[in-house]
Amino acid sequence: MIDPVVWLILLPLAWATLAFVLGPGRGAWAALAGLLAQLGLAVTLAAKVGAGGTAVTHQVGGWGAPLGIDLAIDGLSAAMLLLTQIVALPLAVYAHAYFKRDDPARRYFWPIFGFLIAGLDALFVSADLFNLYVTLELVGLAAVALVAMGGAAQQIAAALRYLFATLVGSGAYLFGVALLYGATGTVSIATLTPLVTMDAPRLVWIAAGLMLVGLMVKTALFPFHFWLPPAHGGAPAPVSALLSALVVKASFYLILRLWLGPLQSLLPTFAWAMALLGAAAILWGSWQAIRAVRLKTLIAYSTVAQLGYLFLIFPLLSGGLALQTAVMQVFAHGLAKAGMFLAAGVLIHATGQDRVAGLAGAAGHLPVTLFAFGLSGMTLMGLPPSSGFLAKWLLIDAALAQDAYAIVAVVLAGGLLAAVYVFRVLRQAFLQAPKTAMLHRVPRSLEWTAFLLAAASVLLGLRGVELMQLVGAVT
Amino acid sequence: MSSGLLFALTGVILFALGVAGVVLITPLLRRILAFNLMGSGAFLVLVGLAQRNGMSDPVPQAMVLTGIVVAVAATALALALARKLHALTGGLELPADDDD
Amino acid sequence: MKRLAVIAVAAAFVLVLGSAMLDLAPTAIDLRGPVMANLVQSGVEHPVTAVLLNYRGYDTLLEIAVLLLALLAILAVTDAARPVAARPAHPVIETLARLAVPLMILVAVYLLWAGAFRPGGAFQAGAVLAAAAVLLHLAGLLPGWRAPRPRLRLGLAAGFAVFLTVAAALLTQGALLQYPPEAAGGLILLIESGLTLSLALILAGLFLFLSRDEAAP
Repeated sequence: MIDPVVWLILLPLAWATLAFVLGPGRGAWAALAGLLAQLGLAVTLAAKVGAGGTAVTHQVGGWGAPLGIDLAIDGLSAAMLLLTQIVALPLAVYAHAYFKRDDPARRYFWPIFGFLIAGLDALFVSADLFNLYVTLELVGLAAVALVAMGGAAQQIAAALRYLFATLVGSGAYLFGVALLYGATGTVSIATLTPLVTMDAPRLVWIAAGLMLVGLMVKTALFPFHFWLPPAHGGAPAPVSALLSALVVKASFYLILRLWLGPLQSLLPTFAWAMALLGAAAILWGSWQAIRAVRLKTLIAYSTVAQLGYLFLIFPLLSGGLALQTAVMQVFAHGLAKAGMFLAAGVLIHATGQDRVAGLAGAAGHLPVTLFAFGLSGMTLMGLPPSSGFLAKWLLIDAALAQDAYAIVAVVLAGGLLAAVYVFRVLRQAFLQAPKTAMLHRVPRSLEWTAFLLAAASVLLGLRGVELMQLVGAVT
Repeated sequence: MSSGLLFALTGVILFALGVAGVVLITPLLRRILAFNLMGSGAFLVLVGLAQRNGMSDPVPQAMVLTGIVVAVAATALALALARKLHALTGGLELPADDDD
Repeated sequence: MKRLAVIAVAAAFVLVLGSAMLDLAPTAIDLRGPVMANLVQSGVEHPVTAVLLNYRGYDTLLEIAVLLLALLAILAVTDAARPVAARPAHPVIETLARLAVPLMILVAVYLLWAGAFRPGGAFQAGAVLAAAAVLLHLAGLLPGWRAPRPRLRLGLAAGFAVFLTVAAALLTQGALLQYPPEAAGGLILLIESGLTLSLALILAGLFLFLSRDEAAP
């Protein structure tokens, strides 16, 4: 009897270990086979949750919370697991072709990648606050390692900056967990939820605030975003894609899980502050993206901006489709940003340089890649029929239902600003190449995986209903 | 004031000192030490607060053991990165952020 | 200016949190009861070991993954090719090392066995063994390590692999990491032994892979 939940965690741990034992640079095939199996498991799990209408639970060790650790999968978790495997598989194909045979960055890519995926899978299903801390650290350290893998001084510095930020974030989260355990005697989410009410002791309020701030640092919400542009902008393209699409979403998922679960009674106090920071993120991030000189820095700042949309949800959480809105935005941004970073990797590889201004002539030689970039941009701007449009529509709908006109204005402004920086890149790429330009050949698989992810982000808009049903399946 | 509570209060002070250190201090080694201080503060609170009534509780103790291992892993990574930065640039501080 | 702001926030934080801690009611939930009640079934006699390897064994599994990952990260960042030589150290340190290390190995084995009944277990034993390796290196008796060859890689991964295999095998007859009560003690000892070896190698590796003979020409 194969339990998909457990195998989604054990499988990547297994192939990561195998990849390490096989030796430096090896393990790609184990990874690809494992990810394929995991995709199947995630789909099975999503179908099970969607059809059954109840959350799937698994009591690790047979003990049951609060003594043991529980794994709980509702629509939100199933959707996040699905996104992780859907992005990871094309990304693995891309990485396999991207890293050349003797590239030092490749030596330990596969095992570290495997631990990262295992950590993400474990994070999305855990229902125990301390266990979530361990998974957060697994994901964070793996992400830092991937950023540092390039080996250049710039990347090591970016990795260190990221490491300090992520450690302060998880440190604050752990401190919050410590306070909660001291105040209530448990770290199990299910047990904690009925215990936390509006008149909880002051300690619980402080713990909530600490955990929120810690996770906001890890999600790079303005003003804690300082570590993201160097890290995502400086890493190799598949790593940037992985970080922007999945890793920052993990801490956001945790914020959602906490504020929908144990801490929901405390939400109203914090909600508008979070939305304000989200709005600032959109405006600041878009502005910096418009000004960016390097292509990957532009895309990294775009991530900072797009993450802001996620935080606009919080004042609207009492509305009907709020959770579906958040998940749709996560999916839209995850797929689109992954596709965009992979496309950027191809462009940088082909033109031999990484500045936006140097992209002239790329359109003629790399039509598939430019199309991929354009499709991703479409999702980020929120043009129909992409999933980005669907996400923004849902967000505006929810905001109008609660008369939050400020949020509507910010969403519309964000879309316009995104258009500015996306068209900046496209315009440059469609210019005539200068006579002296040399465009290198690029393996076909790189172009097509980027295109696959970007197209998925648009096509999701046409089939968004199923995703929303999955998320809403468990009340 | 029981001993558990005293440990917890000390933990709060250490945590605050540690975070302030990571944010403000520039030399890398001291920053890493500040991070360790922060972690120790969190662990002290975890055991101290849970055992403030004098009875020993095995669950937070086990959690702290796990936390220590995670902190060791993080510290080792930080030190390795600092060493590599030193080998590449000769300095032990993060270069100032240059937004481009 | 920033310095002042951070220090002010930190001080305010300490004061607010400190006062909040002083008047705290007893907790609603007390886990000590269930821990002790199920201790017989857990396979060990010490409550902390029971929590670590049985009730919350899943945390331990992930934490070993974190440690192994940190080692991989260090290997990824470190230059593999530079040669390392064992530099002879002061004779006092060398003699101390030669005397202490066999005792340290003995202590480690004891700690591993004692973990079932009193404070001890795989982590403590592994840490002592790793300390012995570092001591040998500082005394010049053990050269630093380069990129790990297949045997060392196997040793580094073995503990985690054993843990994973036991977890997967147990899945056929229950939840993840659900030990059948009769076999719990034996399985935990098996896992802990594998972990001791791997932890010793990983923790020693955190130091030895980074060791470079800076003075060499």
